[in-house]
Amino acid sequence: MKTGAKILIEGLLRQGVTTIFGYPGGVVLPIYDELYDSPLRHILVRHEQAAAHAADGYARASGRTGVCLATSGPGACNLVTGIATAYMDSIPMVALTGQVPTALLGNDAFQESDITGITMPVTKHNYLVKRAEDIDTVLAEAFHIAGTGRQGPVLVDLPKDVVTNEAPDPGPLKEVSLRGYNPTFKGHLRQIEKAISMIAEAERPVIYAGGGVIASDASPELIRFAEMTGIPVTTTLMGIGAIPCDHPLNLGMLGMHGTRYANYAITECDLLIAIGARFDDRVTGRIQSFAPNARIIHIDIDPAEIGKNKVVDLPIVGDSRQVMICMLDRLTGTTDRSVWNEKISHWKVQYPMACPEDGVLRPQLVIKTLSDLLDGEGIIVSEVGQNQMWTAQQFCFKHPRTWITSGGLGTMGYGLPAAMGAHFARPDLPVFDIAGDGSIQMNIQEFGTIVQYDIPVKVVILNNMYLGMVRQWQELFYDRRYSYTELPSVDFVGIAAAYGIDGMRVDSADQVKEALTAAIDTDGPFVLDFRVEREENVFPMVPAGAAINEMIGGEKK
Amino acid sequence: MKVHTLSVLVENKSGVLSRVAGMFSRRGFNIESLAVGTCEVPEMSRITITVHGDDTRIEQVKKQLNKLIDVIKVSDITYHEHVRRELALIKVVANPGSSRAEVMQIADTFRAQIIDVGAKTLILQVVGPPEKIDALEKLLRQYGVKELVRTGMIAALRGSKTTAGD
Ligand SMILES: Cc1ncc(C[n+]2csc(CCOP(=O)(O)OP(=O)(O)O)c2C)c(N)n1
Ligand SMILES: [Mg+2]
Repeated sequence: MKTGAKILIEGLLRQGVTTIFGYPGGVVLPIYDELYDSPLRHILVRHEQAAAHAADGYARASGRTGVCLATSGPGACNLVTGIATAYMDSIPMVALTGQVPTALLGNDAFQESDITGITMPVTKHNYLVKRAEDIDTVLAEAFHIAGTGRQGPVLVDLPKDVVTNEAPDPGPLKEVSLRGYNPTFKGHLRQIEKAISMIAEAERPVIYAGGGVIASDASPELIRFAEMTGIPVTTTLMGIGAIPCDHPLNLGMLGMHGTRYANYAITECDLLIAIGARFDDRVTGRIQSFAPNARIIHIDIDPAEIGKNKVVDLPIVGDSRQVMICMLDRLTGTTDRSVWNEKISHWKVQYPMACPEDGVLRPQLVIKTLSDLLDGEGIIVSEVGQNQMWTAQQFCFKHPRTWITSGGLGTMGYGLPAAMGAHFARPDLPVFDIAGDGSIQMNIQEFGTIVQYDIPVKVVILNNMYLGMVRQWQELFYDRRYSYTELPSVDFVGIAAAYGIDGMRVDSADQVKEALTAAIDTDGPFVLDFRVEREENVFPMVPAGAAINEMIGGEKK
Repeated sequence: MKVHTLSVLVENKSGVLSRVAGMFSRRGFNIESLAVGTCEVPEMSRITITVHGDDTRIEQVKKQLNKLIDVIKVSDITYHEHVRRELALIKVVANPGSSRAEVMQIADTFRAQIIDVGAKTLILQVVGPPEKIDALEKLLRQYGVKELVRTGMIAALRGSKTTAGD
């Protein structure tokens, strides 16, 4: 016989979990007692939201399921934003929460909250475990569901008596079989053959690759597929890194802040091949005008995504990687598309995603310089807002899983804790959090965690003393009425110092390279406070409700 | 736009109904009616849902239902031969000497049973497709319907086929 807590921790170890992120409290005391002398590493964060984001960052950087742990009531509720963030981006995560004893459930007991009810809309599935003997099975199911098919977060709620009660040793890991859950991995052969002939017929094809390509580790297949067919690739925010930025067939990001050439290519293409992407409104703009002349092939593991936002001509349900492997086997000769390729090259020259270099300390310059210094060898995490879009536009990503950002939910405060998680997944790589002055203050308490565990995350704050992205909308669409978007100056270097972290404030363009080099050369964490041009905007931009070829800005100066 | 009848086989676990109902409200799908009960397999339940929408919307409803882990099978039986039934209890004002005889006559026409006789009211129990219940209710309204209780529609495929797929 073993206690539920012991079964839980051993279950985590058997799932191959090495690191979890958490925060203790009353009802999880038995679990924490078990952790005390367990080989499982627990990272004590400063806020449960950060535990969830760290588990998420860990998952995105490693491809493995991230795990977080919180107590009942307030602890569990604090996880919710992080769980919702993971849900929107289909990130595999198991969230463990304590719960009041089963006898008190439903009684409004101290620190009781119905966390399975609360998280139902933002989890792939969740469990309230009622008996110690169920823990092992539930845990195995949770990891199975989180990490297969369209991945996502699964929450497991554990009442206190369930972890203190004893149950028989569960024995070796059992195969999970759920009759209501059978994701399709292999694409339908006839559909794949149809796709091959549609590709052969197309004169102006474009590949639109999303986060599903990263999730299924299909980057090599995507690159081979693009090269063999000669089809250019545009990626969503979530798909960045699937093809190297400097690959001749890469069109960069599409959508609201995408490149002009990607958006033009989409608008003029006659065949759109969507792979692991979901036609999100930030990508499509006015949906009726998205790829208006194209036949559409949609490859996705989630059948519910097919036809959800846009009617498609050829659906292929399956794992991006499996489907592409199958397609690669069947590809025949390439079609001559020199007219189309020339048109695209022409757009690329005419509308480059240029970095302004005019001696002013502009945020883009910081990103561009960092990109040059790292040469794609590092993990870049972002917060949300202009900082995120400038990074997506200016940083040259060369590998999948090196760009970590909250896409679907757009969660400010995501970056710093996600960067901590990314470090534990890839301790061999430098990790940078590109932050806004607003976002960083949403989880700045994690400086404490960084110091405690000596996590060498470098924080690059693009400090415009504004909630910049909101200010940009106010400037462009609300007659410059900056309603509650100005932030007073904060001495971020001073805050870092108070936590024991080195830092540097940068006020001019000519200090940028030196400052970033100093950060890269520092062994431990480092905070850089770049006082950037305050009213810089993110361009090009597709205004809300416009078609994606109706962009503002981004013409050649 | 058409009313579709979905027969959904689910795990008989706590929370299943709120997962299904929550998904409908969250995604803005309107449930016309929902009925749930145990079924031929002890650890499963069967939910019959009627939902309004064009074909693409119904397709989305089915796919979203299928994504729920506790949903085992979704069958859209709209275009298959099936029987549909609902049960309703209608408490109607029927004073002796005034409308009672008329109400009883209507009940008879609809093959509704009178299952309670009060001093001033009768309770009619009627079984049939939802339209039949609608029609009866409409007729009885002139006498005063004090209470209407409906089970929601259930449905089954005709012949030996079942929605469990065997
Ligand atoms: C938690 C949360 N609250 C509000 C928003 C809305 N929002 C989007 S961007 C933004 C401004 C971000 O400011 P900052 O972090 O300074 O970044 P900047 O845009 O200035 O680079 C806000 C408030 C959000 N995305 N997340
Ligand atoms: Mg800012």
